[in-house]
Amino acid sequence: MADLEKTDESMDATPNVTEVETVDAATDEEAVAAIEAPVERGEPILQVRNLVKHFPLTQGILLKRQIGAVKAVDGVSFDLYQGETLGIVGESGCGKSTVAKLLMMLETATAGEIFYKGQDITKLSGRALKAVRRNIQMVFQDPYTSLNPRMTVGDIIGETFEIHPEVAPKGDRRRKVQDLLDVVGLNPEYIHRYPHQFSGGQRQRIGIARGLALNPEIIICDEPVSALDVSVQAQVINLMEKLQDEFNLSYLFIAHDLSIVRHISDRVGVMYLGKMAEIGTDTEIYDHPTHPYTQALLSAVPVPDPESREGRERIILTGDVPSPANPPSGCRFRTRCWKAQDKCAQEVPLLAVPERFKGEDTPAAHESACHFAEEKDVVHAA
Amino acid sequence: MTTIEETRNVPEPRGAAGGDVPLLEVRDLHVEFHTRDGVAKAVNGVNYTVSSGETLAVLGESGSGKSVTAQAIMGILDMPPGRIPKGQILYRGEDMLTMSNDARRKIRGSKIAMIFQDALSALNPVLSVGYQLGEMFRVHQGLSKKDAKAKAIELMDRVKIPAAKERVGDYPHQFSGGMRQRIMIAMALALEPDLIIADEPTTALDVTVQAQVMDLLADLQREYNMGLILITHDLGVVADVADKIAVMYAGRIVETAPVHELYKRPAHPYTKGLLESIPRLDQKGQDLYAIKGLPPNLTRIPSGCAFNPRCPKAQDICRTDVPSLHPVTERDGGGLVGRGSACHFWKETIHG
Repeated sequence: MADLEKTDESMDATPNVTEVETVDAATDEEAVAAIEAPVERGEPILQVRNLVKHFPLTQGILLKRQIGAVKAVDGVSFDLYQGETLGIVGESGCGKSTVAKLLMMLETATAGEIFYKGQDITKLSGRALKAVRRNIQMVFQDPYTSLNPRMTVGDIIGETFEIHPEVAPKGDRRRKVQDLLDVVGLNPEYIHRYPHQFSGGQRQRIGIARGLALNPEIIICDEPVSALDVSVQAQVINLMEKLQDEFNLSYLFIAHDLSIVRHISDRVGVMYLGKMAEIGTDTEIYDHPTHPYTQALLSAVPVPDPESREGRERIILTGDVPSPANPPSGCRFRTRCWKAQDKCAQEVPLLAVPERFKGEDTPAAHESACHFAEEKDVVHAA
Repeated sequence: MTTIEETRNVPEPRGAAGGDVPLLEVRDLHVEFHTRDGVAKAVNGVNYTVSSGETLAVLGESGSGKSVTAQAIMGILDMPPGRIPKGQILYRGEDMLTMSNDARRKIRGSKIAMIFQDALSALNPVLSVGYQLGEMFRVHQGLSKKDAKAKAIELMDRVKIPAAKERVGDYPHQFSGGMRQRIMIAMALALEPDLIIADEPTTALDVTVQAQVMDLLADLQREYNMGLILITHDLGVVADVADKIAVMYAGRIVETAPVHELYKRPAHPYTKGLLESIPRLDQKGQDLYAIKGLPPNLTRIPSGCAFNPRCPKAQDICRTDVPSLHPVTERDGGGLVGRGSACHFWKETIHG
C-alpha cells in the first residue's frame, strides 16, 4: 500500500489538475436533482482524479495471501467536457479498458474519485447511482459477443426501459425502439430479428442504439470499430459523429487505431502501463508530440501511402510492454526509451506542461509526463 | 536500446525470374463450400504469380476469399465441405492439385510454409515451443530429438528471441504476443522454404510490436530470397512491405498493381473507396468517405460485377456483364507494367 500513497502524493503535486467544484447533496433527492441538471457546452461534465485500480494477485487456496497486485490503472486524472470527444489511445494492457469499466462502475476503484457533475459517483448509492448509470452508457468492442443471441433486437434495446421505466411508459416502448433503430440507420421492421441475422456493422449499430436508448449524456466507446471491416468502419464512425451532434453527447472514445482516434477526437490522451503519458488537443498530440512514447507510437503507424512513408523517420521500439504487476521504477516507459537516463529510473515524471515550454504559446506546451520532453514531428515527412 | 531508422526505402521488386517458370502460379482457381443455405462461392477464378524474392500482398475484407485461396495453396482446406471445381495451383510448373498426397506433403512445410494470424491458437498449448519447432526437423529430416532441439534454439535466435537457450522449454502461454508471432515465423522458416504465406501476421499485435515483426519478416525474406504472399486487410501494412498488390472482392481479384501505383492512382472504384475511407494521420476531414452497403453474401453474389450494388459509378452493363481483368494503360495508350482492373469503367476511374 506504500506505493499507493506515493502516487497520491505525486498526483497532488500535479499542477494540471484543476479543482473540482463538488456538490454536497444531503439527501437522495438533492443528489438526483444535481445529476439531472444540465451542463453548459464546454464545461467539464466528468472529472477523474487519481483513479487507481489494482487487481490483487493471491497465492494459496485456503489461506489466501496477497502477493502483489496488477496495477492496471495507477493514478489517472483527466476531464471530459460536455459535447466533446476525448480519445484514449494505448497498447493492449495499458489500462484503457479498465478506465472504461471504472467509469461505468462495473469495477470498484481501489482509490481515486470520479466526479460526474461535481458528485463523486464512487460514493453514490441507491437512486442517485441509478440516475448516474442512466446518464453514462457504453458501446462495447465486440458486436458478436455483446448482444445476447437468444434475445430479439427489440428485447435487447427494450430491456433498458425495464430497468429505467421512467424513460418510456410501457405502451410506448415498441415505438421508441423502432425510432432508435431508425436513428442508427436500421430498418425499424427488424425489431423481431435476432443478432445472428445481422452483419458486424449492423450489430454495432444495434449496440449504439442500446447505448442511446436512455438519452444519456456520456457514451463510453471501448474500441467500437476495431472488429469491423475497413469499408464498414467509416460508416459507423460517420454515424457516431452524426449522433453526437444530434443528441449533444460527450464521448470517451477508446481505441488503439490512431488515425481513427484523430479523426473523431477533440482531445487525445495517450496511456502507457496504467498512467497517462501525454494529453492535449488532437493537433498538440499528433503534430507536436513531446513524449517519446507518443512519438514512437505515431511513427510506427503504417501509413497507407508509400510516398509519404519514404523520408519519414521511423522509431522502432525494442521489446514488449513490461508486466503491470511489476512496472519499472520511476518512469514506466524508461525500459524501452532511447532517451532514458538515471533520473528516469528514480523519479516518476509528473503529467504537466514541461518546464521548457511553460508560458510559451506553442502547441508543444501541453501536458506530458516526461523528464526530457522535446517536440518532434513524426507524422509529416521531413 | 531503440533504433531509429532514417528513410526506409520500399524495396525494389526483385527476382523477376527472366523466362523461368514462376515459383508459384495460381490459375483460374475456384473454391466453393456446400452449406445448408446453398453453395457459397468463396473463390471465383483467381490468378496470380509469385517469384522468388517477391512480395505479393493480397488485400481484401473478411469474406473476400483471400484466406481461402491461401488454404487451397497449402492444401489445408476442409474438404468437404470445401471443393475445388476448377483451377490449377502450379509450384515450379507442377500442378499441386493433381499430385498425390505424399508428394504434396513433401512440398508443404519444406517448400511452402504458412504463418497464421493468431499465434496463441495456432500453437499447441500443451507442448513446449522447442518441441513444436523441433517437430519440423524430426518429421521432415528425421533428426534425433537432441539435434532437433539444438536446431530449434538456433531458429529462435534467428528470429531474435532473447535467451533462446533458456526459453526453448517454455510453453506458448509464457510468451508475449509479439514473441509468439516470432515463434510462428521461426516455425515457417525452419526448413528454409521457397515461399511463405503469411495470413494476417500482425493483425493481433500492437502497433509498436507490429512494426518489429514486419521488419523481421522483411529482413528474413531478403536474407533467404523467399517469395512472400502477405494476406491482410490493412492498407497501411501493405504499403510498407509489398512489391505488388492484388485486391480481392467477393472471390475475385478486382485490381492488381505495383504498390506505389495502387495508392497513387487506383483503377477500380472499390480500391478507390477503400483508400478514401481510411482517416489519415496528417489529414483531418469532416466526414469520412464510406462505401455504402455491405459486402455480398457469398451464396448470392450479385450478377455482373459483384461490386455493382455498392458502386457509385454502376451502369446497366455492370449488372449484367462480369468484367474481366483489363490491362490498365496510360491515357495515351502507353502500357503500365503489372496493372489490371476488373471494372468496365477503369478508364474513367483512373483518368478521372
